[in-house]
Amino acid sequence: MIQAPDLPLWATLIVGVFVLLGALITLIGTIGLIRLGSFYERVHPPTLGPTLGTLCILVASITCFSVLQSRPVVHEILIAIFVTLTTPVTLMLLARAALYRDRRAGTGDVPKD
Amino acid sequence: MSMLILALAITMAQIILGLAMGCAAFRVLRGPRAQDRVLGLDALYLAGMLLLLTYGIQTGRTLFFEAALVIALLGFAGTVALAKFLMRGEVIE
Amino acid sequence: MKRIVPFPLLAVALFGMWVLLTGFSPGHVLLGTVIAVLLSRVMLPLAPEQPRIRFGTAMLKLPVTVFADIVRSNIAVARIILFRPPERKSGFVRLPIELDSPYALAMLAIIITATPGTLWLQHDAHNKIILIHVLDLVDEAEWIDLIKNRYEKLLMEIFE
Repeated sequence: MIQAPDLPLWATLIVGVFVLLGALITLIGTIGLIRLGSFYERVHPPTLGPTLGTLCILVASITCFSVLQSRPVVHEILIAIFVTLTTPVTLMLLARAALYRDRRAGTGDVPKD
Repeated sequence: MSMLILALAITMAQIILGLAMGCAAFRVLRGPRAQDRVLGLDALYLAGMLLLLTYGIQTGRTLFFEAALVIALLGFAGTVALAKFLMRGEVIE
Repeated sequence: MKRIVPFPLLAVALFGMWVLLTGFSPGHVLLGTVIAVLLSRVMLPLAPEQPRIRFGTAMLKLPVTVFADIVRSNIAVARIILFRPPERKSGFVRLPIELDSPYALAMLAIIITATPGTLWLQHDAHNKIILIHVLDLVDEAEWIDLIKNRYEKLLMEIFE
């Protein structure tokens, strides 16, 4: 299980710190999923993971592979672009679906159409 | 020495991401309503994608990157289809 | 030029994606060019409305502002989740908006939703009102002011 790429010290620091930071931010987001009270409040915390969490881990990944292959490796940017563009779309659709269902059922404290 | 520290940091990050997946799975199982479960699923696949990326960093192979990209693509399509289903009761009208 | 490549930005984006995914070699550059030109023509039957984009400093300012705001609100939301301040309340805000262009509205929707703490719910094109949900709603007027002054102005500069 103990396995890691052989990197120079500066790259080790960047990769280690950013991987841990990204994982922690994602964890905080999912903890919010458990702790917050209503559905509309719970839609907010999952945006932590896709924005800053993904960005940190991708920075670590770009650094790691660029050093390993001694050339700039930037294809991780594709994931960053893709995730930042699609997560808002899914959350928006989901929130709209919830709003529609709440209005239909007449439950919850939602504004009228 | 620096390799050991990096290995520890990556393993820690993997454990943390595993916990994050656990939290999201809790929301999928508990609900209480359908939209909460879909929201949990969305967070679950995202944490899984990040976990794959850390495996990629650990082994130094780019194979995991492609797997992560596929998860991101399919997860998006899946969540959109589920949201659409919640709204209309049908995926394709 | 317009006849061969009707959507230049889309073609460039497709080409960039192909090269990033497969690697930079003469064969893939050629194949990527062919694919970008052919695939961007798929959009022709859809006939999307041509966006009027004005290039300028606003185009550079917008991503920087959005990135800074995402980092800042990430920290704010993380604090709310971890410490659960008792006086916090969340709520819906109705916000009058002047933007007309569908592209500008789509950009605004993505910016608002991608920033943790705010969520775009609905746009009423007739009354020009959008409905957003705010996690930490202290002062409604402050949020309206923030979105109108920070994002709407920049988007107006770019798209209208």
